[in-house]
Amino acid sequence: MNSPLLSALMAALPQFVSGTWLTVQLVALSLLLGLVLATLVAVLRLSHLTPVSWAARGYIHVFRSTPLLVQIFLIYYGLGQFDAVRQSVLWPLLREPYWCAIIAFTLNTGAYTAEIMRGGIEAVPHGQVEAARACGMNGALLFRRIILPQAFRQALPAYGNEIILMLQGSALASIITLMELTGVAKAIAARTFQPIEVFCLAGAVYLGMSFVITRGVHLAERRLNPARK
Amino acid sequence: MKKLVLGLIAVAVVAGGAYLAMHRTPSGVGAPAMTDRGVPNPLRVATEGAYPPFNVAEPDGTLKGFEIDLAKDLCRRMGVTCEIAAQAWDGIIPGLQAGKYDVILAGMSATDERRQAVDFTVPYVLTPAYFVAPKDSPLTKIDFGLQRLDLANLDEASTQALDKLKAALKGKTVGVQVATIHANFLDTYLGDTVTIRRYDTLQNLSLDLATGRVDAGLADMTGWQPFLEGTDGQNAATFGPGITGGLLGPGIAAALRKDDGRLLDALNNAITAAKEDGTMKKLAEQWFHFDASAK
Amino acid sequence: MLDLLGFGGRGWGLQLLQGMGMTVLVAVSAYLWGLLLGGMAATLKLSGHRGGRVAADVYTTIVRGVPSLLVIYLLFFGGNSAATWVATLLGFNGPVELSALPVGILAVGTVSGAYSAEVLRGGALAVPHGQVEAAKALGMGRWLTFRRVLLPQTLRYALPGLGNVWQLTLKDTSLVSVVALVELMRVAYLAQGATRQPFLFFTTAGLLYLGLAGLSGRLFARAEVWAGRGVRRAAR
Repeated sequence: MNSPLLSALMAALPQFVSGTWLTVQLVALSLLLGLVLATLVAVLRLSHLTPVSWAARGYIHVFRSTPLLVQIFLIYYGLGQFDAVRQSVLWPLLREPYWCAIIAFTLNTGAYTAEIMRGGIEAVPHGQVEAARACGMNGALLFRRIILPQAFRQALPAYGNEIILMLQGSALASIITLMELTGVAKAIAARTFQPIEVFCLAGAVYLGMSFVITRGVHLAERRLNPARK
Repeated sequence: MKKLVLGLIAVAVVAGGAYLAMHRTPSGVGAPAMTDRGVPNPLRVATEGAYPPFNVAEPDGTLKGFEIDLAKDLCRRMGVTCEIAAQAWDGIIPGLQAGKYDVILAGMSATDERRQAVDFTVPYVLTPAYFVAPKDSPLTKIDFGLQRLDLANLDEASTQALDKLKAALKGKTVGVQVATIHANFLDTYLGDTVTIRRYDTLQNLSLDLATGRVDAGLADMTGWQPFLEGTDGQNAATFGPGITGGLLGPGIAAALRKDDGRLLDALNNAITAAKEDGTMKKLAEQWFHFDASAK
Repeated sequence: MLDLLGFGGRGWGLQLLQGMGMTVLVAVSAYLWGLLLGGMAATLKLSGHRGGRVAADVYTTIVRGVPSLLVIYLLFFGGNSAATWVATLLGFNGPVELSALPVGILAVGTVSGAYSAEVLRGGALAVPHGQVEAAKALGMGRWLTFRRVLLPQTLRYALPGLGNVWQLTLKDTSLVSVVALVELMRVAYLAQGATRQPFLFFTTAGLLYLGLAGLSGRLFARAEVWAGRGVRRAAR
C-alpha cells in the first residue's frame, strides 16, 4: 500500500464504520424477522393440508433458486413501476431502500431457514411426539414444548452457515443505494482505482464478523447440547 | 506413508490445475510486438459494454458506441490494430494492472485521486453537469439567472446561483451515480442540506426519478442524454445552470498503466490529432447528437 | 418488447442461452473441483494430524468468512503474478497469462469446496462409530472400511447439504464475470444496458436460474432416494 492510498483509507474510515453498522443492522433485523417467518413456513410446509403445504413449498423454491440480486432488484425497482403500488398504503415503506432491503433479505433468508427448520423438525424422534400425544398434548403445545426446541437445536449448525451467507448476501444492498460495507468499499475502489487493497480491508472486516458468528454458534451449540451440561 | 500419498495427490491436483490454467501470451515467448514508437500491436482495449452511447454490447456479441469508433480511429492513427473487449466494471482496473489489456476507454472521468493508480490521457469528452427533475416539479420552474457555472471561477453571479440551488434543494433527496465527480460535487457543495442517494448505475437513478423516490438527479449531459431522449425521460427535464470546472475535473479520458509513458504519448498525440481534424466533433455529434467533445 | 428475447436481429435469445451454457459449465466444473477440495479438507479435519486439521480449518474459515468476490479477485489477479513468478523460476521469460475459464472455475470451486468440507464433515460424523469398529473387527482394512462403510453413508447423510452447496455454487458463478467470462447474469446486465429494459432481462435471468435449479434439484432428490435405498424411512 502506498501512502496516498493509506491516507485515502484513513479519510474513509468513518464511512467504513457507518457501512459496517448498516451491514450489522440489515443482517440482524432480517435474520430476526426471517426466523419468525421460517418457523411459520416450516410448520405450514409439513402441514397435511395439501394447498397450504404446496404454497409453502412454492415460496421456498422460488426464493431459494433465484439469485438474491434478482429478488432485491425486482422488489425495489420492479414494484415501484406499478402505479397501484405507488398509490397504496405500503408506498411509504416501499419507497425507502432500507425497508425494501429488509423485506427482500427477510423473504430470502426465510426460505432458506424454513428448509433448515424442516430438517430439524423431521429429525425429532417420532416416539417423542407419540409420547407427548399420549400425555394429552395438542398441536400448539406439542410444537412449543417438544418439537420446536429440539428442532432449533438440531438445526443450529446449518443455521450458522445461513447467518454467514446472509452476511455476505447483504453486500447486494448497495444496488439499491444503501451504502453498507461492500457499497462503501466499492465506492472507495471506484474513486481511487485501487480495488484490491480496498476490498482486502473490507474482507478483513467481514472475516472478523463471521469469526464472531462462528464462535457464537459454536458456543450456543455447546450450551444447548444436553449431553455436555 | 498414507499422508505422503495424500499430500502428493493434493500437489498433483493443484499443479495440474495450474498447468491447465497457464498459457503463454498469444504472440509466443516474451513481450508482445511493438511499433517503433512503443505502441503494442495489436493494442488491447477494454471497455465496459453497458454504458450507452459510450460503449454498448449488441445482441450478436459485438460492441458499438462512441468509444468503440474512437478507439478504432486512434489505433488507425497510431498504425496498429485494435482488439476491443468488454470487461465487467468490477474487474476492469485489476485487469489493466495485471496486463490483460493496455488501455481502458469506458467513460472514465480523470481525477487526481485516480491518478495515484493509473495515468490518464488528455480528455476526449467534456460536458457540463446538469440537475434533472420531473417536469411537474417546482424545481424546474426556478430561474437561476445564468446558463453556465464554472466552479474554478466563482464570480458573484455564480455564487448567487449556487446559493439559490442550495436553498431550492434544501431537505430534498438527490440521486447521483456512486463514486463519480458528480457525487464529489454533491458531497462538497450540498452535502449538509440534501439527502444523497448513491446509485450503482445512472439507469437505476433514472428509474427512481420516474417513481419519485428521488426529487432530482445530477449527472453530465452525455449521461442524461439517452434517458431524456427515451420514452421514460419524456416527463423529466434539466434545471439550473450547466456546471463545469473545479472538482468536476478535465473530462472523460482513457486510462492506462502508470509505467506506459510511450503509449501515453502516442495516445495523447492521436487524440489531439483527432480533435484538430474534426473527427472527434463528428463522432460526438453522431453518438451524442451534440458536440460533447473536449476542447 | 418480447422480441428482445428472440433469436436473430434485435433478440438476445442466443446470447442468453450461451450465457446459460457458460453458467452450467462453470458451475458443474467448480462443484466437482469443490467436492474434491472439500473431501480433502474434511478428511484433514477429521484426521488426527494436527497441522492438517489447522490448515483445513484456516481454509474453510477464511474462504467462508470473506465475500466470494474477494476470493475470486485474489485468485485471479494474484494468481496471474504468481504464475509469472513460477514461470520465471522454471526458466520461461515474459509475462504468463492465465486464461479466464480455468481460473474462474478454480476460484468458484475453492469457495464451493469450503462449504462442501463442512457438509461432508457433518455427514461423516453422523456415521455411527460402532460401524467402523465392527468393520475393523471383521478384518476390513482402512481403505476398504472407507470405501464400503464410511463413504456410502457419509454421502447419504451429506446429500441434502450438498444440494444446498450446489445451489450456492450455481449462483456464485455470476461472480466470474469480473474475469471477463460471459455467463448468464453478465449477458442479462449487458442486454439491459443496451436496451434499457432491466425488468425484462433480470426477470428472464431469474426464470432461467429457477429452471436450472429446479432441474438439478430433481436430480438431487433422485440421488437422495438412490443413496437412501434399503434404509427404513423414519415414521411420519
